[in-house]
Amino acid sequence: MAIRWKDYRATGFHDELIRGSGRPRDAARFLTRWLSRLRDDDIRERKAAAELAISVMGITFTVYSEEGGSIDRAWPFDIIPRIIDKREWDGIEAGLRQRVQALNLFIDDLYHDQKIVREGVFPRELLADSVNFRKPCIGIDPPLGVWAHICGSDLIRDRDGRVYVLEDNLRVPSGVSYMLENRKVMKRVAPELFENAYIQPVDDYPSQLFDMLASLSPRMVEHPEVVVLTPGIYNSAYFEHAYLAQQMGCELVEGADLVVSEDDCVHMRTVDGLSRVDVIYRRVDDLFLDPEAFRKDSLVGVPGLFRAWQKGNVALANAPGCGVADDKVVYAYVPDIIRYYLGEDALLPNVPTLRCNDPQQRKHVLANLDKLVVKPANESGGYGMLIGPQASKRQRSEFARRIRHDPRNYVAQPLVTLSTAPTLVDTHVEARHLDLRPFILSGQQMYVTTGGLTRVALRKGSTVVNSSQGGGSKDTWIVDLEGH
Amino acid sequence: MLSRVANRIYWMARFLERAENMARLVNVNSHLLLDLPSRVQVGWRPLVEILGSETQFEQNHEGYDERAVVRFLVGDPQYPSSVIGSLASARENARTVRDIIPREAWEQINELYLNARKHLPSAYGQRKRYDYLNSIILGNQQVTGLLAGTMSHDTGYAFLRIGRNLERADMTSRIIDVRSADLLPSADALTPFDNIQWMSVLKSLTAYQMYRREVRLQVRRPDVINFLLRNPRFPRSIYHCISTVAGCLQDLPHNESPLRHASHLQRLMSDVTPETLDQPGLHRLIDEIQQNVADLDRLLSEAYFYVTAAGQSSA
Repeated sequence: MAIRWKDYRATGFHDELIRGSGRPRDAARFLTRWLSRLRDDDIRERKAAAELAISVMGITFTVYSEEGGSIDRAWPFDIIPRIIDKREWDGIEAGLRQRVQALNLFIDDLYHDQKIVREGVFPRELLADSVNFRKPCIGIDPPLGVWAHICGSDLIRDRDGRVYVLEDNLRVPSGVSYMLENRKVMKRVAPELFENAYIQPVDDYPSQLFDMLASLSPRMVEHPEVVVLTPGIYNSAYFEHAYLAQQMGCELVEGADLVVSEDDCVHMRTVDGLSRVDVIYRRVDDLFLDPEAFRKDSLVGVPGLFRAWQKGNVALANAPGCGVADDKVVYAYVPDIIRYYLGEDALLPNVPTLRCNDPQQRKHVLANLDKLVVKPANESGGYGMLIGPQASKRQRSEFARRIRHDPRNYVAQPLVTLSTAPTLVDTHVEARHLDLRPFILSGQQMYVTTGGLTRVALRKGSTVVNSSQGGGSKDTWIVDLEGH
Repeated sequence: MLSRVANRIYWMARFLERAENMARLVNVNSHLLLDLPSRVQVGWRPLVEILGSETQFEQNHEGYDERAVVRFLVGDPQYPSSVIGSLASARENARTVRDIIPREAWEQINELYLNARKHLPSAYGQRKRYDYLNSIILGNQQVTGLLAGTMSHDTGYAFLRIGRNLERADMTSRIIDVRSADLLPSADALTPFDNIQWMSVLKSLTAYQMYRREVRLQVRRPDVINFLLRNPRFPRSIYHCISTVAGCLQDLPHNESPLRHASHLQRLMSDVTPETLDQPGLHRLIDEIQQNVADLDRLLSEAYFYVTAAGQSSA
């Protein structure tokens, strides 16, 4: 018995590999052909090889439990990759570059002249209410004028086959290490598929990241000291922090390892004494970065760090305050933001979003709560959301009350469906929903990962791709058929 | 190397070594009790005393019976120096330096802890206790071998060896102390058994065979003390441990004050004359060794682990 593609159905959704007719898409043909030649035993063997590789390579994510301290769990991985044709990807990549470029101009403007507000494109009251706008950042000029050096944007594909941006993660986006490790696992599982060279490589990311970070150094030295700042081993993304530090050959530091001297320079404590630090890739949230500037109870921060950054003695990536553009209400304005700063239409569409601060749109939202998804502006990870079609009458009226009480804090979207891809269940394939998170670096130049991290909901019918809630991942292949 | 990383490697090594030596300590007492006639039973209280842990023990236990003391020293997670407590701390420290130590070493430490916890009940009965404690000792020896054979012998490795050898010096002194005068009944009552007991001290340190090869005499108190305190070749003798620490310090930056102190400890060992040491004298000497090990630990912290903005160290 082998995989029989004619039995595979993804009814009602766009499938990434298989057309409605049951035939594979062009870029996926070499994969589906290879898969259908595998016998059940071969499939089990490849799957076991992937699991072994994951445990040997120590790819884990951390789940914290009261009883046993923190536990590292193996990363759930599906051996059938998700494939995107390079011709389509080039368009997506251009859209991402455009988007992040505009967002950086937007952030820089908000902390300087606020032209976009004065010209009435972005409402002043939205800025006044933003919880991620950091007043201390006003007037600061970070190196190269860039605030969001690393961005992870979540993309989905709806029934119509179009790719939409679901959200932009500008604070401390994670997941890129899994993208890199997934590729290494796939190379062990199916080396023969990589021989034809259709599949574009992804392993350039750590060196691109390092070069971008080094280019931010305030000191003109040959080897600037770049470090990765982690909140510590109990953070769920600690694996990634350690992984990236290792891949870039940098020190992985915690807040207590750093000290700001009287001349407002940052040093790390080493066995040789204090050693100057030039660039910090911080994986600690803004508010915990410096107890002197932000939250006083932060135990993972560095007193005086903000001051050192303000004076230009150290570079922080991402810059404090850049989260102002990572907000579901700001999201609704991104097409306007792109038009305002770049004079272009957005290449990648947003999911249509209704803003509850606008009286017209609010009226529409309140009248259609049973059809819409309502999201609060500043929660992430799906917290505090209303999924109208699945909610009870009581939940809907509760949300109606909340929206009337604080309209600025809510946006609404139609229920988008996620596309599917064939996913291994035992030794046959079933359709499972997925999304895609590419990573965009901004320094002197921009760089977009080749593909990104594909997250897949392993439970049938589920659209929750989060790893802590039954999600897994797939390798993502950008396939170039024209090069041959 | 980051101070925090050096500090965690140092403590990882200390806790691993402590777990092994705690297992050795419980072993030596178990054997000692088997060798002594019932009229001179010394019981289990001395073990808790030589570890200076009476206060903590008495908080949760009524009397110093075998079961309570073994539970405390081997399986009490609240007691940081117990076998389980030490292995848990070693594991937590190892986890934070996973990117520095070879991954097999981390896996081995993790497994050692998990197995020790799983089979804990075997330590409480007399029958399986030896096997259990021996598996802890062998497990740590395996980690030591892995690290020696797969980790770069760099600054991090120097801190690992310093931690291991300081802890070993301290614990070897405590194991000798099991036989110290004021903890045992009057020396007369024990004389016929004296040699048997020193033999069990040697065996608990895996030192018996090496002692026989080097000393070539029957087991005599002054020779055993001489061997365990001053032998320059046996890796568990205090002199050897301190020499290793001094050797590692040679390669580290601004090492003046810890190195000076290590030399002082080496001299203290060289000047010992075992023939003239009575039991109270031995006990006092052991106290002095332990105090000096604690001082060396403090000097290391000042030089390497707590670097402040004001200067090189907080000292």
